[in-house]
Parts: sequence; C-alpha cells; structure tokens
Amino acid sequence: MLRFLRWRLLQLGPVLLGVSILVFFGMHLIPGDVAQLLLGDKGTDADLQRMRHQLGLDQPVYIQYFRFLGGALQGDFGESIRTRQPVIWEIAQALPVTVQLSLAALAFALVAGLSIGVLAARFPHSALDTGSMVGVLVGVSMPVFWTGILLLLVFGGILGWLPLGGVLDGTLAVRRITGAPLLDGVLTGRWPIVWSAGRHLVLPAVALGATAMAAIARMARSSMLDVLGLDFIRTARAKGLAERRVVSRHALRNALLPVVTLVGLQLGLLLSGAVLTETIFALPGLGRLAITSVLARDYPVVQGVVLIAAAVFVVANLAVDVLYVYLDPRVRYQ
Amino acid sequence: MCFTSIWILGSGISEMATDAVAVGVPRRRVAALSWRRLFSHSSFVVGAAIVAGVIAAALFAPLVTSYNPIEQSFRDQLLQPSRGHLFGTDEFGRDIFARVVYGARIALIVGVVADGLAAVLGVVLGVLSGYFGRRVDAVLMRTVDVLLAFPYLLLAMIVVAILGPSLINAMIAIGIVYTPQFARLVRGVVLQIKEEDFVEAARAEGAGSLRILGRHILPNILSPIIVMATLTVGYMIVETAGLSFLGLGASPPTPEWGSMLATGRSFMLTAPWIATFPGLAILVTVVGFNLIGDGLRDLLDPRLRGR
Repeated sequence: MLRFLRWRLLQLGPVLLGVSILVFFGMHLIPGDVAQLLLGDKGTDADLQRMRHQLGLDQPVYIQYFRFLGGALQGDFGESIRTRQPVIWEIAQALPVTVQLSLAALAFALVAGLSIGVLAARFPHSALDTGSMVGVLVGVSMPVFWTGILLLLVFGGILGWLPLGGVLDGTLAVRRITGAPLLDGVLTGRWPIVWSAGRHLVLPAVALGATAMAAIARMARSSMLDVLGLDFIRTARAKGLAERRVVSRHALRNALLPVVTLVGLQLGLLLSGAVLTETIFALPGLGRLAITSVLARDYPVVQGVVLIAAAVFVVANLAVDVLYVYLDPRVRYQ
Repeated sequence: MCFTSIWILGSGISEMATDAVAVGVPRRRVAALSWRRLFSHSSFVVGAAIVAGVIAAALFAPLVTSYNPIEQSFRDQLLQPSRGHLFGTDEFGRDIFARVVYGARIALIVGVVADGLAAVLGVVLGVLSGYFGRRVDAVLMRTVDVLLAFPYLLLAMIVVAILGPSLINAMIAIGIVYTPQFARLVRGVVLQIKEEDFVEAARAEGAGSLRILGRHILPNILSPIIVMATLTVGYMIVETAGLSFLGLGASPPTPEWGSMLATGRSFMLTAPWIATFPGLAILVTVVGFNLIGDGLRDLLDPRLRGR
C-alpha cells in the first residue's frame, strides 16, 4: 500500500508541473498586457514601463515562468486586477464554499444513487426498476444549469420552501473559521446559522449532484446485478441469511468497486458543474470567482484558480485511487 | 439490409474514461455489431428517432415555424404559451418556439464541429503516440495526462479566454477538452492493430510507415472513433450550451439554447417558459444521443444485454 501511495505521489509532481506550464503559457497567449490592465487608462508610458519592470514582464518568458512557479509554490499568485487583493486571499475566501458544495452534492449523489441502484437491482424488471432507470436516463442527460433553474423555480419560487440563492440569510453573520458557513455554524455552536446554511445548501447540492446521482444509480444497479448472480451470494442465501443481510453485508461491498471508480470520474464533472451551479445560486465559490475573472480579464486570478482547482482535482483522484486499493486488495498485486 | 460491421474496442465511453483513473487495466474486448442488431434494439431505435426528429427540425426550420427567431416585436413581449405562440415569447417579443427550432441547427452544428475537431486531433495524437511509440508516446501521453488533470469546464474556459468568447471558440474549446479521450482510445487501438499479422506482412513486403498507416491502421480505427463520437456528442452539446450560459459562447441575438437559458434565468419567476423550453430541447436532444450510445454499449457488452 505504501509503495503504491509513494508511486502515485511521485506521479503527481510532473502532472502538476505540466499543469502550471500549460496555465502560465496559456495566459501568455491571451491578448492584452497585465500591466496595462492594472494601470487602466490613467498611466503614462513611463508608468507602464515601471509597472512592467515591477511585475517582471520585461524579463524573458522562461524567467517569468520560474518566478511564477516559485511564487505559486509559496502560495503567492500575485494580485487581482479587479479587486487589488492578493489572489491567494480571493481563493481562500472562495474555496471552502466550493468544497462544501461539492461534498454535499457528492453525499447526496452517493446516498440517493446507491439507494436507487440497489433497490432497482433487488427487483429487476419491476415497475420500480423501469421507472428508476427512466429517471436515471433523464438525470444523466439534464444540463446542471437547467436542473438548477427548475429547482429554484419550483422550490424557491412557486412553493417558497427554500431560499433563492446565497449561502446564508442576510440577517445572519458567522465568525469565519473554515470559511464553509455550515461547518463554521457547527463549530461555533450557533444552530440558527447551521439551519440557514443547510437550507441554502439543499438546492445547489441537489442540482449539482443530480447527474452524478443518476450515473451512480445506473452503475450500482448493474454491478449489483452482476454480484447478486455470483456463487458466494447463493451460498449466503443457502445458509439461511436474511435477504436484507445478503444484500447489505455480502453484495454491496463487492458492488461498490465500480462505483468508487465512477465517483473518481464524477469529481471532474462536479468541479466543472460547480462553476454553473454557483452562477445560478449566486454562491461566492471558486467557480464563480473563475468565471467572473475570465469575463473581467483578471488573469492573475484565473491563473491561480485554475492551478488550485487542478491540484484539488488531482489530489481527489489520488484519494479515490487509494480508496479503490483499500477496497479491493487484488489491485495491490497488479 | 446492409451488413456493414462496426468493430469496437472496449465497451463504451465509461470504460475508456475509466482507464484514466482505474488502477488495474480493464480487459478490452473486441465485438462485432451489425445494423440489423442495432435496429432491433429498442433504446437505439428510440434514440435514433429522437435524433432524426431534431435533425429534421433543424433542416426544415422555416417550414416548422413561420416566425423569425431573431425578429423583435415589442407588442408581444413576455406572452404566455398560447396557440399563436406555442412556447410563448421572450422579453423582446421573439417567438420561443421558433428560437428553439432554429436553436436545433446550432446545437447540431456544435455537436458535429466539436466532435469532429476532437476526433481529428485525437486521431493525429493517438496514431503518432501508438504507432511511433517511445519518446513521441511518452511526451504525448504525459501531455494528455496534464490535460486530463483539469476539470473540463475550467480547461474550456481557459481556451475561450485565450481565443475570445464566441460560439465558434466555445466549440473549439470543447473539442480540445475532449481530445485526450479520443487520443487515448486511438492509441489503444493502434497499439493492438500494429501487432497484427497483416501489418507485419505489409512491413515484410517493404511498405513504409505512411502506407501502413493509410492502408491498414486508419481504416481499422475509423469504427471505434465513430462509436466514441456518437457517445460524446450529447455531452458536447450540453457543455457548449454551458459555456454560452456563462456568457463565453454564443452572443445575443443568436438563438442558442444555452444563452436562451441564461436570459430565461432573469425572468424565471415572472416568465418561466423562457428558460423551460430551451432546457427541455437540450434534454430531449441529449436523451436521444444517450439512448443511441446506450444501445451501442448494450450490444457491445453482452453481460448488460436485456437488463
């Protein structure tokens, strides 16, 4: 296990280095001069030269890259053109919101997806099975931005059960510990905040998790059907175990393996979907920061956000791989 | 009845994509597929019917609706769905049904262009990597690893930021985002085919690399590419619509489903039909493509048949 982990960690370095090269040179291809953008229309030519020198833009590109890399390794991504705040500060504000949203969406997707998949597999070809599989087909095909709008319309607008956006009621303020309002509410023991943050989280999490839920349900159903047909399940039944126990203790654990791989694949979709979900629900997360910065041509922020998002994604995928090895001892020997 | 066989490696996009993160290498399987079997598969038939409907709407849009999708009529602002305006009108009095129907043209063009780009780039990279191997393979596959390390929409956003926001650039961005998947698939097939006896025989006869690639390798990778392209086209349509929704794709007054949804969002509580119908159009189109993809996958993976 340790050898596997070390080997995967070693692979991480070159990939992240590649990501940094791609992001840095990609940003260099964008027309426009960061110094000019920072100065606005006011600066003279001399100011521009000074600013370019200050930012190191008069240096050769490869030196600029190494300076960028050196800074990035210490968490220094420069300053936002739009807000003049350090990029890392902007990211630190936004990241917890996105992590909270993604984890809530993943939790919803796993719980709902596994339940639907297992139930459908327990009663194959029943009305329940057919109905849930039609639902799954619709679920994987629905664009997350449309799901979000419909949920808002029905539960926020027509029924008025849940808030229309944001992370907390305007009247509430929470002391910032982690930056994720729900967790901060729990940590400070203020239950009105937990309640409000939870209510604000439901619709975005369901919208973001819907596609992953459908994919997980489909995978869980088919892998459960595979496992339920195997000999050891027949043995378990033959020795008189209750069906419930056969499913939950014997079949489910084995059926989980393909689901874990699928969750790894869904992580990328979740992070991408977060951009759209945060836009619809007005959540101040990493995705919204990314899109606002792209539209405002705030390149230092785009650079930082993309690098951090890629790092989070790669590390999350590593975690999934490790979980996979933990769940399936056979993989270790390959 | 035509009996053209489609040869495919693996059992569809999920397995191919799984390769990217799975620890063990999944067993690849070669299966044959005929048009007769495809057309006796219910998912495939329903999907094909839906997609045919969308294509027909796109081709015959002027016959389907008499309204102009971009003509504004301030007397008809925000009208509810009615017999005169089946899907209602938007804030500029434009007929939403007409915009949805003409939007099918854009969605299909997006699908074909983005998919085509990803397939062409993927074939070039995959063939170079798989056929020439060694250093070329190492460099290209590490580049693919790096591209796969980005959440796809962020990568697309960078590409759009570099090229500038427009529908064409959004298609290019989505095409680039999907290139690694195609490249991996093609590389895998090429690695397998280049060890086959007929390639060995051609080489023994003194055929050069170009001839082997053109005569023996390329014809054999065409079918898996077509299947992969069918499986990805729906997602490409959704993702390009997503970029337009964020303001990085089509610009007004283009009748593009994603940007129509973005406008509809502002009128969600007062005129929900503006956002409802373009979203429904995306859903139906993508369901169609996914059903075709599911049909292909079921037929290629006998374990799943009939479930």
